[in-house]
Amino acid sequence: MAKIARLSVVDPDRCVGCQCCMFACARRYQPGLAVACIGVRSSGGMERGFTVVVCRACENPPCARVCPVDALVVRPGGGVRLNPALCIGCGHCRTACVLGAVFWDDEANKPAICIHCGTCAAYCPHDVLLLEQRETVHAEE
Amino acid sequence: MLKNDPLANVLFVDLGKKRFYVERREDLFSQYIGGAGVAIRLLDELCPQGCDPLSADNPIIFAVGPATGLFPLASKTIAMFKSPHTGNLGESHCGGRSAVAIRMAGFGAIVIRGASSLPVYLAIHDGQVHFRDASTLWGMGSSITPGRIIRTVESGAGLRTIMRIGVAGERLIPYACVTTETYRHFGRLGLGAVFGSKKLKAIAISGRRSLPVADNRQYRRLYDEIHRAAVDSPVMKKYHDLGTPENVLPLNALGGLPTRNLQAARFEGAEGISGESMAEHYLGRRLACSHCPVACIHIAALREPHPKEPYFYKTSMIAYDYEPTYALGSMLGIGDPVGMLKLMDRVEAVGLDAMTTGVVLAWATEAQQRGLVGEAETAGLKLSFGQADTYIQAVDLIVKQPTEFYRYLAHGVDAAAQRYGGLDFALSMGRNEMPGYHTGPGAHLGFFVGARHSHLDNAGYSIDQNNLVHRLVPPGELIRMIVAEERWRQVLSSLVICFFARGIYQPQVVARVLQCSGFELSTDELQRVGTVIHQLKYRFKMREGFSVDQLRLPKRLFETPATVGGWDEAYLREALRCFREIILQQEAQ
Ligand code: SF4
Ligand code: SF4
Ligand code: SF4
Repeated sequence: MAKIARLSVVDPDRCVGCQCCMFACARRYQPGLAVACIGVRSSGGMERGFTVVVCRACENPPCARVCPVDALVVRPGGGVRLNPALCIGCGHCRTACVLGAVFWDDEANKPAICIHCGTCAAYCPHDVLLLEQRETVHAEE
Repeated sequence: MLKNDPLANVLFVDLGKKRFYVERREDLFSQYIGGAGVAIRLLDELCPQGCDPLSADNPIIFAVGPATGLFPLASKTIAMFKSPHTGNLGESHCGGRSAVAIRMAGFGAIVIRGASSLPVYLAIHDGQVHFRDASTLWGMGSSITPGRIIRTVESGAGLRTIMRIGVAGERLIPYACVTTETYRHFGRLGLGAVFGSKKLKAIAISGRRSLPVADNRQYRRLYDEIHRAAVDSPVMKKYHDLGTPENVLPLNALGGLPTRNLQAARFEGAEGISGESMAEHYLGRRLACSHCPVACIHIAALREPHPKEPYFYKTSMIAYDYEPTYALGSMLGIGDPVGMLKLMDRVEAVGLDAMTTGVVLAWATEAQQRGLVGEAETAGLKLSFGQADTYIQAVDLIVKQPTEFYRYLAHGVDAAAQRYGGLDFALSMGRNEMPGYHTGPGAHLGFFVGARHSHLDNAGYSIDQNNLVHRLVPPGELIRMIVAEERWRQVLSSLVICFFARGIYQPQVVARVLQCSGFELSTDELQRVGTVIHQLKYRFKMREGFSVDQLRLPKRLFETPATVGGWDEAYLREALRCFREIILQQEAQ
């Protein structure tokens, strides 16, 4: 059975809303926030804590299904990869993900899609995020 | 600086004409970095000499720095304006999401001028400024509600700051604050009243953009160094664990915790309001400013039963920090954490500066106890140390001002004591009420001569605790230490580095951080920039009538023994004389 890396929000109650994860994600390509694939927002006022929004690597991802040009390729084991050369910036994938985990890079007019690399988790000072190794059923079929 | 850095974009908003435009000011940013440096230049340029701080002429300037959004802990916004409280330089710093939101919206500074005839709030998204009607939000009893409403009607969740004022600001109380993200403040010197005078209820700003750096690899390497230092540092851990109130017990043990209008510097009730006890019994959540791994913001969860209905509870989330704990705790003789939290909650709701409010109430209590004022003046209240409920009523009366006495209290202790007597125990310095340190001459001098009259200008209190407790130095030497630290802090507050991280952001590191944004400045040159910024601030203060010679030294400072002993009024006077010389020399050069 193959293993696949998947980012997981293990303990959102410990989140302090520092956004270090968002900056870390974006920093891999471009400093700032434009290309961040993870978002942290208050759950209706900071006193109520935070919601961490990030791709959960669906095995049958709706974002890929609605893409009219097949720019989103389903990863073995779940989640998607973006082929930016094909993407026409229509934004259907963004609407299709009910989590809001397809972020939008306004500067490129393309989705910002999590690749489950775990960089954000490495910079989260409060152990909210974890890169897990998930066993996949489909990969070896 | 880098040519494509949006930092140099200054957004100008005219509230009267309801117009805005953006100007590129590389001239300012390349020379003065950002934050405090750029803000003082803009203030000097735009604030007419001698203007009424509550008139349309007084500009509000917000500025952030090159490191904002690029490096951790560069998350303060510097606000500058002419202060309605002191009549000279108004400078206030605030974290929360404010600095990162302004930078991500594509600006290095925002200038707000003019005044609206009707209440407005500003929504700044995607490079556009929307002027929205705020009539419905005006006059709301709690400053928290308008924030909630704006949160639901404006976009940018997770990426925005919402600055707003409470009724205190609307009523132009010169020590009204501006609150961001419910728990962070431009607390001191009356920015809230300046908002109010412009009929500006709130500002929401959001953005999500990328930032240029000179060399990506070098940038990432330096980032990792700073991030690791911040996460591993024991100072940072201390602020994460207990927050700033972790200072309550040590200061009390040292005899430096102002108590009951500084009639004492040790408080028998300190244990109950200490960082340790608050964390154990009330801590409900910790929060961080944007891009800060430390998370020093501590929020208490206060669960209270309904006065009439059984099994009916409400839980309030109330931010507590060291300074409010001093001002609304020990200074008022309140050792009961529940009473203190409720008082903090009330002050937060009306939008007053917690520190000035506490000192004003402490003075009023002593004035009433000494018979300078009676119940006719206090509208029937019997102010008494330790009585939080009475103080909560008094806070409301400062806002409503039913009697002449409260109208004076609403102008601070200087105004009130000049009218009713009791100047000797009216604890303000340069017309700004004292902070929570009676550690010695360093703390008080630092506050007197600090360019914005903040204890953080130069941390004189830390010189007391680290140096003077071992050996008191001559006044001239102390003042030179204070000025040197304050000059360096101008550099930090121009990059807008949080002062808690000053140990990490040493001159060498700051120079490298700036390199990433295309600034080539040696550590010597940095020091020079700091000196120039400090000088510009003082020039503005003097221009607006500030005079070192006219500083009033309240007697109480010398009556109550402090942590550091062996100094007196003559010592402070001599230090101030030396300070004046330094300033004059600087001008002569
Ligand atoms: S982006 Fe949303 S829909 Fe697509 S794989 Fe991730 S969680 Fe599933
Ligand atoms: S796992 Fe990688 S791509 Fe996904 S949010 Fe974290 S840093 Fe970004
Ligand atoms: S880095 Fe961790 S604590 Fe900070 S916002 Fe992200 S998930 Fe929350």
